Amino acid sequence: MAIANVLLVDDEVPFVETMTKRLNKRDLQVSTAFSGAEALEKLGKERNVEVVILDVKMPGMDGIETLREIKRKYPLVEVVMLTGHATVETAIEGMKLGAFDYLMKPCDMDILISKVGGAAARRREQETKIVEARIKEITMRRA
Amino acid sequence: MNQKNATNVAYYRSLTRNIVLVVIAVSITPMILVSGLILYLYQNSYRDKTYAYLGEVVQKHKQNIDSFLKERLDDIRFLTRTFTFEELSEESFLQDRLFTFQEEFGPVFVDLGVVNERGIQVAYAGPFKLGRALYSEADWFKKAMSREYYISDVFLGLRGQPHFIIAVKENWKGQSWILRATIDFVAFNTLVENIRIGLTGFAFIVNKDGEFQTKPLFDVAASKNIYLDLLHQDKAGDKEVHIVERYDAMGRKNILVADSLKGGDWLLVCQQSYSDAFADLKKALRWTILINVLGGLAILTMAFILSGRIVKRIARADQEKNKMDEQIVETGKLASIGELAAGIAHEINNPVAIMVEEAGWIGDLLEEEEFKESSNLEEFNRALKQIRTQGKRCKDITYKLLSFARKTDPREQDVQLNELLDELIALSAQRAKYGNITFKTDFQETLPTVMVSQSEMQQVFLNLINNSVDAMEKRGGVIEIKTRLQGNEVVIEVTDNGPGIARANLGRIFNPFFTTKPVGKGTGLGLSICYGIIKKYGGKIEVHSVPEVETTFRVKIPLPKDRPDRTGAPRAGSEN
Repeated sequence: MAIANVLLVDDEVPFVETMTKRLNKRDLQVSTAFSGAEALEKLGKERNVEVVILDVKMPGMDGIETLREIKRKYPLVEVVMLTGHATVETAIEGMKLGAFDYLMKPCDMDILISKVGGAAARRREQETKIVEARIKEITMRRA
Repeated sequence: MNQKNATNVAYYRSLTRNIVLVVIAVSITPMILVSGLILYLYQNSYRDKTYAYLGEVVQKHKQNIDSFLKERLDDIRFLTRTFTFEELSEESFLQDRLFTFQEEFGPVFVDLGVVNERGIQVAYAGPFKLGRALYSEADWFKKAMSREYYISDVFLGLRGQPHFIIAVKENWKGQSWILRATIDFVAFNTLVENIRIGLTGFAFIVNKDGEFQTKPLFDVAASKNIYLDLLHQDKAGDKEVHIVERYDAMGRKNILVADSLKGGDWLLVCQQSYSDAFADLKKALRWTILINVLGGLAILTMAFILSGRIVKRIARADQEKNKMDEQIVETGKLASIGELAAGIAHEINNPVAIMVEEAGWIGDLLEEEEFKESSNLEEFNRALKQIRTQGKRCKDITYKLLSFARKTDPREQDVQLNELLDELIALSAQRAKYGNITFKTDFQETLPTVMVSQSEMQQVFLNLINNSVDAMEKRGGVIEIKTRLQGNEVVIEVTDNGPGIARANLGRIFNPFFTTKPVGKGTGLGLSICYGIIKKYGGKIEVHSVPEVETTFRVKIPLPKDRPDRTGAPRAGSEN
């Protein structure tokens, strides 16, 4: 099993392409989107995405808006924000909105992998909890 | 620029002109209107008063003269009633009566004569040899015989001297006889001559034929037959007094006031020159004109001076506004440059990120088996590392650019000034290096934090450091920055050993728009902004300068007042 199932969202196509290759090489399952809207669409189709790597500054629907939508529609999906310096405040706001963490561009690959790993772990943990809760519910009902 | 100045000059000139015209119109027009109206009304009422006065004078004298004539007539009548024709025909008796009269009335009666029905003077008392004179053909005799009494016009008569006669007819034994008295012309003339009004006013008497009954003192301004002229003029009036205006031979205007005498036979006329009668009016007119002219001149002067001043002030204000506009544009330019820098920095971040990622990807690929044996593997890795290092450097540059181009954030927070100053020194180091300027710091390690806005503090100290760097750029030098806690204030000193500040400028350097930098280089706002910021936090900013030795800016920022028991409550009164 891959370390994590990741959706990479950024309007910079070459960045996304290279990043995809590098993440793939590090045993991550990667799908891509080039805008906030596309990301939401992809999330609707591919229900197994665990972590979204989201660029804050995008034309059209920006990172914060996309984040809000993701958290509303798919609360279990974890989000790691990518940002330039000017938008640190935005990233912090993102954290308040429920993002897992944020990273500054250009980012160190190892740090990125560890953050994504952490996010995926949390996601799985929460999924397990939900499953356990369901089992409990079912067993209680049986009993 | 020259053309702009020229249009400005024209504009200010027309502005001045307009103000002058408005001031003049608004002040002089009412002045002239008011004084003109008052003068007109005054003139009218003065004329009425003058005419009324003249009329009164004439009337009074007319009564005097009339009563004089009546009294003389009564005197003669008294003689005819008291004494008989026979008695009076005695020349010695008549002489006695004349003496009595002359004793009583002065030399009014010149002579007395008794004339019988046939016009023969039967008795005579007086200075002339007129005894037995024959008056049967004399005009006065004929007239006197036809009525009870008669007062003649002035005539020369037998004696060849102007005189007039009072004759009273009486009956004696069925025959009429006449007692006549000659009235001294001089005495009568004096009566009229004594009527004087003002400087030029005099009186005279004319008869129906326009002949003078008294000698006028001056030329009379009237056509030949004064009597007709005057009465004709004033047909409408059944008024007793007639007033007309006539020009005399010299072209001067005269007022003639007339009233009838002696039952309409004579006319008492008073003549006064217009200019004399209205001398006061003329004086008032002169004064009015003088005051108007002086007032007008004063208004003119004031209008010119005032408008000049106003326009000068407007021009100065315009100039200041222009300067301010320029500075606002300048400031705006700086702000947009800052925004531009921020934008560029951000845009550069993305390609740098891609480059670094690509380098990382190459690094990833190099780890694969097929490249392991490559003899240049070492070289590849070194190059990739270099790309990463330089990418990081780019990131650092954009990081700094962004943090200082960012809009100021006025939120107050705990700020450690030592750290802030270190950051600023790092930022300025590059520029200082080119100017051969070195930084020296002397920070108190245990400096407490202060409650200020981080970005405002950056602005203040960056300004001070930049000023020092600017001052020493040509010759190099040392900038020393010290911090310490003194009482309940944090004191920061920025000292340089540059050329310093001239004594004359020391008092002004915190004024807005004061700058010694060449036009376009400095806005003159830096220090005034610093001053404003430090004042806002209740602090102080001072400057000490010894030219060519050292210049120190000392900033004092008070510690928060609620420091000992800080509970996060909002700090009250810290704004002052």
